[in-house]
Amino acid sequence: MDLHIRRLSKRYAGVSALDAVDLDIASGELVALLGPSGSGKTTLLRVIAGLLHPDSGQVLFGDNDATRLSLRERNVGFVFQHYALFKHMSVAGNVSFGLRSRPRRRRPDKAAIRRRVDELLALVQLPEHRDRYPEQLSGGQKQRVALARALAVDPSVLLLDEPFGALDAKVRVELRRWLRRLHEQTRQTTLFVTHDQEEALELADRVVVMRDGRIEQVDTPDVIYRAPASAYVFEFIGRANAIDGRVERGEFVVDGHALRLPTECADAARARLYARPHDFVLVDADAGFPATLRRAHRLAERITLELGVDGQAQPVEIDLTATPDVVVPAIGSRVGLKPLRYCVYPEGPSTAPGVEWPHELPLHAPATDASRRLLTALDARDGVDRERPDLSGVRP
Amino acid sequence: MARSFPASPSDPLETAAWLRWSLIALAGAVMLLLVVLPLAMVLAAAFAKGIGVWFAALVQPDARAALRLTLFTAAIVLPINAGFGLLMAWALTRFEFRGKRVLLSLIDLPFAVSPVVAGLCLVLLFGSDGWFAEWLAAHDIKILFARPAIVLATLFITFPFVVRELIPLMQQQGSDEELAARSLGAGPWRMFRRVTLPNIKWGLLYGVLLCSARAIGEFGAVSVVSGHIRGLTNTLPLHIEILYNEFDSTAAFAVASLLAGLALVTLGLKFWLEARHGDALARTHRRH
Repeated sequence: MDLHIRRLSKRYAGVSALDAVDLDIASGELVALLGPSGSGKTTLLRVIAGLLHPDSGQVLFGDNDATRLSLRERNVGFVFQHYALFKHMSVAGNVSFGLRSRPRRRRPDKAAIRRRVDELLALVQLPEHRDRYPEQLSGGQKQRVALARALAVDPSVLLLDEPFGALDAKVRVELRRWLRRLHEQTRQTTLFVTHDQEEALELADRVVVMRDGRIEQVDTPDVIYRAPASAYVFEFIGRANAIDGRVERGEFVVDGHALRLPTECADAARARLYARPHDFVLVDADAGFPATLRRAHRLAERITLELGVDGQAQPVEIDLTATPDVVVPAIGSRVGLKPLRYCVYPEGPSTAPGVEWPHELPLHAPATDASRRLLTALDARDGVDRERPDLSGVRP
Repeated sequence: MARSFPASPSDPLETAAWLRWSLIALAGAVMLLLVVLPLAMVLAAAFAKGIGVWFAALVQPDARAALRLTLFTAAIVLPINAGFGLLMAWALTRFEFRGKRVLLSLIDLPFAVSPVVAGLCLVLLFGSDGWFAEWLAAHDIKILFARPAIVLATLFITFPFVVRELIPLMQQQGSDEELAARSLGAGPWRMFRRVTLPNIKWGLLYGVLLCSARAIGEFGAVSVVSGHIRGLTNTLPLHIEILYNEFDSTAAFAVASLLAGLALVTLGLKFWLEARHGDALARTHRRH
């Protein structure tokens, strides 16, 4: 079922946990609510579930206003971070609880309940575990039972609160791939909360990035990663390097170097360029941002370099793919740093703290929105092959 | 208390052997002198003149009346404290409200004040000069020096046991399972019966057990409000005191052995609960 959130607000002791949030979720979508703790993502999920009551705003399931409905009447499937399985009931008892709790005239008979439980246990791949008790299951198995239990009542939406948060790293990755496949089978409208960007990007059809009770960006994982709507999203979504400078006559300027921007943009006295570690190449010292190589370490398939860019407080970290012909310059070498893909965000009144930040993004917001983001560029015009960085010009 | 921790094969503090053994011996001696010996003395004194005298002291009408009154009081106090303890623990762990902290510390009041003071409070309220004296007299209701006062005093004294066992337990378990039950369509009663109660039943039983031990043994508060009317308002502990004051020490010890026996049964049940269902009890406190 499709889900609509209309100007939802919730305050705790004067602090906004949700600030006039709008969100539309299509039927069958798998959506991630992503943000650091305190960003309002869990509050939003709990308001949708009916575990919390909003101060104002609406929650619509399809065309029905569910805002005033109780937890019980909403018919949502809720999966808790710590599973919340009924300890004294077997797996089958847990899964069938929802069906057994129905009023008599809507309750299926015993055989039908049994069939449904078998069906669900097959779906979550635990058919042999029906008579086990929760304490006999591993964390991943518990969470799958919790999921089967939530699905048993044919919920209108499935809500998962940090579903993999209590699991160890390996199980977490397996389980989220499994959940993705399960979603493709069931096409159940699903919303899940996470603070792990990798999880959100890998699992979700769309990602909602939240900050201080507001939605910062709603987009597909690809767009979120490629074209973050703000510096905040850029930093939150993956490893990021920032270079401080200004925008003058279509160029991003730092002391000693100017980078021609491929798109029109207004001058800004202070701006910040963001780029991912793998989106840089090393060039001659005078052909890029002048920098000094400070440290280099090698991992299996990549080499990470730490560089101090002249006049910048923060070092820049770049990744090079460790092909046999890559030569790492000596520590202390002077090099030029050239970003291949990057975003430039002006540091103006629009991003200053406390000032209204546009949060009502339309669904599938276009990748470029000139009012917020000056540009996103894939600058490969000079033909540099980023898989094989050209280091020939670098003199140790 | 009854939980055992994995014993380390070697003492990591490397206490000298003589010190270790003298500490253990000292602890054993103290237990023997202060706990085991007095209990043994009670039994020895009770049976000093033979089992016939012991039995006669127990079936004597006043003793039987005292036993009846004690059991009657416990039978009223236990369900009330279990019920209110449950309600109170529910309110304090599942709701947020102003004054919650005050209420939480008030729960401990009966443990903090002397039982005699608790008894005097009842005298102040229901006595002939008390606040409700006129109203009670007008309606011909007798509370003080009668059964109602004994029940009230015992209620007051034993109130904290169930609540204090349940609050940490319910805090520890959180409300996720209850919320899950509600979201799956269970009504409040079904949620309570199928999810909440099974999770707290051993804790509740543990609290009731401690409560019953105290209800049966309570002396101070009951002594103030009972009036010591033989065969009418004497509980077992009061009856023992009277016998003892009348130099009938064999009978006094005979009745005392009955109380001690009840205490041993309670201790056994408590031990069993902790050993068998320790996981289902509150982990944060194991005192009393």
